[in-house]
Amino acid sequence: MDTNLIYSDHVLTVELCGEVDHHISSGIREQIDYMLEECNVKTIVFDFSRVTFMDSSGIGIVLGRYNKMAVSGGQVIIRNARGLVRQILEMSGIFSLMKHEEDKE
Amino acid sequence: MDRNIIKVSFDALPENQGFARSVVSGYLAMSDPTVEELAEVKTAVSEAVSNSIIHGYKDMDAGRIDMEMKMVGADRCVIRITDYGRGIEDVEKAREPMFSTESDREMSGMGFTVMESFADKVQVRSEPGKGTEVVLIKNLDLYDVR
Repeated sequence: MDTNLIYSDHVLTVELCGEVDHHISSGIREQIDYMLEECNVKTIVFDFSRVTFMDSSGIGIVLGRYNKMAVSGGQVIIRNARGLVRQILEMSGIFSLMKHEEDKE
Repeated sequence: MDRNIIKVSFDALPENQGFARSVVSGYLAMSDPTVEELAEVKTAVSEAVSNSIIHGYKDMDAGRIDMEMKMVGADRCVIRITDYGRGIEDVEKAREPMFSTESDREMSGMGFTVMESFADKVQVRSEPGKGTEVVLIKNLDLYDVR
């Protein structure tokens, strides 16, 4: 299960998928950073709905992109972070920096 | 009383993080944990093993990681993760939230914080040049209605 990146109208949606750990996070970071260089991204949306496991490497992915977007004046949005994924992101204080939205089910 | 001791030993390679989680899931499943307990232990183990791979054996050939799992009584799971790498100079500092020796590599510095949140007790013993041992203790809620 691979991470999906969808770019449309200055919004880059990153659908994280499966298990997110330090092993796979460097590949995800590279994919996102390539898109940031190639496209005029103003908003990154991280969608966690298909994540089955995540450790603190997820914090690094999100915070690293947040720092890049802060330089260019863009924003980062967290979507559908639930359960343990949400708890781990909360530990880092990330929700005081960026918005969290939930899809209605 | 210690029982059902299982030890595994594997190379400190990034792809073995997932393997370590699978092993621990399989082990814990025998004690009928809740879904949440299982996810918490997997996450804590993932952090400890990541630390050994990324920091313990940094700038060294990938060494060995030993993982020992045991039950103490019916409901206490004890997981000992040992590497023989560089060790930690200042354990107290390493355990502080957001402390990272590798901020340029986008390490969040939250590994120990996550372990402490998801395990009931985390013991760390380390000696520079010798290695690091992390013991994760998780009390399973046997009387949960499920």
